[in-house]
Amino acid sequence: MAGKTLYDKLWDAHKVSEREDGTALIYIDRHLLHEVTSPQAFEGLRLAGRKPWRLDTNLATPDHNVSTDLAERQAGVAGIRDEISRIQVTTLDDNCTAFGVREFSMNDINQGIVHVVGPEQGATLPGMTIVCGDSHTSTHGAMGSLAFGIGTSEVEHVLATQCLIQRKMKNMRIRVEGDLAPGITAKDVVLYIIGQIGTAGGTGYAIEFAGSALRSLSMEGRMTVCNMAIEAGARAGMVAVDETTIEYFKGRPFAPKGEMWDRAADYWRTLVSDEDATFDKEVVLQAADIEPQVSWGTSPEMVAGVSGKVPNPSNVADEDSRKGVVRALEYMGLQADQPIESIRLDRVFIGSCTNSRIEDLRAAAAVVKGHSVASSVKQAMVVPGSGLVKQQAEAEGLDAIFRAAGFQWREPGCSMCLAMNADKLGQGEHCASTSNRNFEGRQGFGGRTHLVSPAMAAAAAIKGHFVDIRAWQEGAA
Amino acid sequence: MKPFTTVTGLVAPMDRSNVDTDMIIPKQFLKSIKRSGFGPNLFDEVRYLDEGQPGMDNSKRPLNPDFELNKPRYAGAQVLLARKNFGCGSSREHAPWALEDYGFRAIIAPSFADIFYNNCFKNGLLPIVLPDDVVDRLFNAVASTEGYKLTIDLENQQVVTPEGDVFEFEVNAFRKHCLINGLDDIGLTLQNADAIRTYETRREQETPWVFGHIR
Repeated sequence: MAGKTLYDKLWDAHKVSEREDGTALIYIDRHLLHEVTSPQAFEGLRLAGRKPWRLDTNLATPDHNVSTDLAERQAGVAGIRDEISRIQVTTLDDNCTAFGVREFSMNDINQGIVHVVGPEQGATLPGMTIVCGDSHTSTHGAMGSLAFGIGTSEVEHVLATQCLIQRKMKNMRIRVEGDLAPGITAKDVVLYIIGQIGTAGGTGYAIEFAGSALRSLSMEGRMTVCNMAIEAGARAGMVAVDETTIEYFKGRPFAPKGEMWDRAADYWRTLVSDEDATFDKEVVLQAADIEPQVSWGTSPEMVAGVSGKVPNPSNVADEDSRKGVVRALEYMGLQADQPIESIRLDRVFIGSCTNSRIEDLRAAAAVVKGHSVASSVKQAMVVPGSGLVKQQAEAEGLDAIFRAAGFQWREPGCSMCLAMNADKLGQGEHCASTSNRNFEGRQGFGGRTHLVSPAMAAAAAIKGHFVDIRAWQEGAA
Repeated sequence: MKPFTTVTGLVAPMDRSNVDTDMIIPKQFLKSIKRSGFGPNLFDEVRYLDEGQPGMDNSKRPLNPDFELNKPRYAGAQVLLARKNFGCGSSREHAPWALEDYGFRAIIAPSFADIFYNNCFKNGLLPIVLPDDVVDRLFNAVASTEGYKLTIDLENQQVVTPEGDVFEFEVNAFRKHCLINGLDDIGLTLQNADAIRTYETRREQETPWVFGHIR
């Protein structure tokens, strides 16, 4: 019998029952909730007179539309200026109280972006099935778990039954082999992957990210890669467990302790694809081909290396793709064949569930240290992923580096990644952003997003336009 | 959920690939704690010329005359004809809520993003995958024929054109059953409560650290 992939193992371990139509009832170990996609689910339970199947599996925190402004945060939930945002955050608090769900409320030190909080607390662990009403739940696959985003009806389904009806996805493995050059980060790796396989390249698949370049990444880096699996169309991305994974969870608040830790770690070490496992699709990429990536268009597949140029539609053969490029250049206000380094920035955003962990802030601060934000940049902001990340960064003096350079140092939340709160782009403004989506209007009506790594965003803030971070590190910039 | 059996409806085109759920319903409308009322803000950023905000009187906003759904010939459309990878991006179920609230009952495209595809079925909205060349033909037919309607027969899994052409489509049997009968799948899953409890008992012995630790 052929060996099993990591995904096969996770799937089999959570199968409650198989159904005649080829779908299965899958057990969910951890359910994360936030204020935007849960109110209608709690209301559904109420209307049907149902109770949560299990309480101790759920963890909630408000993140999408909380303010990142210190003064507004200090005024508490009642002080949220936007009335409908306030109602939504209040509704999460009320629902968690009424149903007995554990919540890290807005001003709890443990609050933050739900995909930063889960691993940081050890609330999401290797081998688990993890869901949340948010497509970036794929982040948690970095630890060798099966994690994917769901809609609000499924949030209600999980609350009520602790299960989901799922059809098994196909197996894809993407191997990135070789050593990453200095200055090349996890963000560049995943943007490069999406540029290669396309925004629908992973649709219908669970992707396992593998290869020596992936193995060399820290847990934070692996989370960045898995976070954007959905941007390649895959609901779930994952990385096999190794000692980096296990080391990361030692001492986390909700991680097992003592003898239970040893048992858990032994089990986690089995969460790798077997040598003889077969994949429905395999993609092999070379780390040496990856340079710092910058998105120029309105889909995450529209990326180029920093030394490259904005594409020319006349060089695009496929008609549908050409129309897409023309439309994107018009929306982005860019010229065909324009060098990427000539793109000037109005705002810079360092944050989001993709890149707001301590490692990301350290990388950005290392670039910023001793420099100042360019006078042409209207705003440069750093939004830590959680209260604990913020606290750690402050203990290391990173906030002082950012502030001295002219960056704003904010309170944790999703912020300008999706601009549900006051942090947004103005019409026509270009932003170097460490977030995950460059869709039209994503960061504000008419706003123009360029997806980059934290170091690239930091360097762009200093220079006012994109620069090759590899030259920066060599001291030439 | 509204049952779906057979729908004969006017077809409106959305001739663009990779339509993301941010485009279907922009984030400022996600602050609502309700499931309904999203229709007037469907495709808000391409449908209106100004920036939409919750609570605005949408009837007074300037419409984008170039946007297909604003053309009188597509008023009252129930079938949306779209391109590949429709519904990519965010998992927001507000996207199918907005499409359904606007009046759409079915979407035809060469491919859909996974999460969006799932979410449709929970809301009486039928996503139909047809091959590229068939979708091309339908786009041409819609453009050249004012009042072009398609009949969607879920029971027989067929799309029928006014000329009598029949295109068959695939749909999972359980989803079809739920959609035809307007069933809530939570109730159906709870019929398996014993199997879920049996699983939990076994799994709690194998991996006890997974159970009972968020309090």
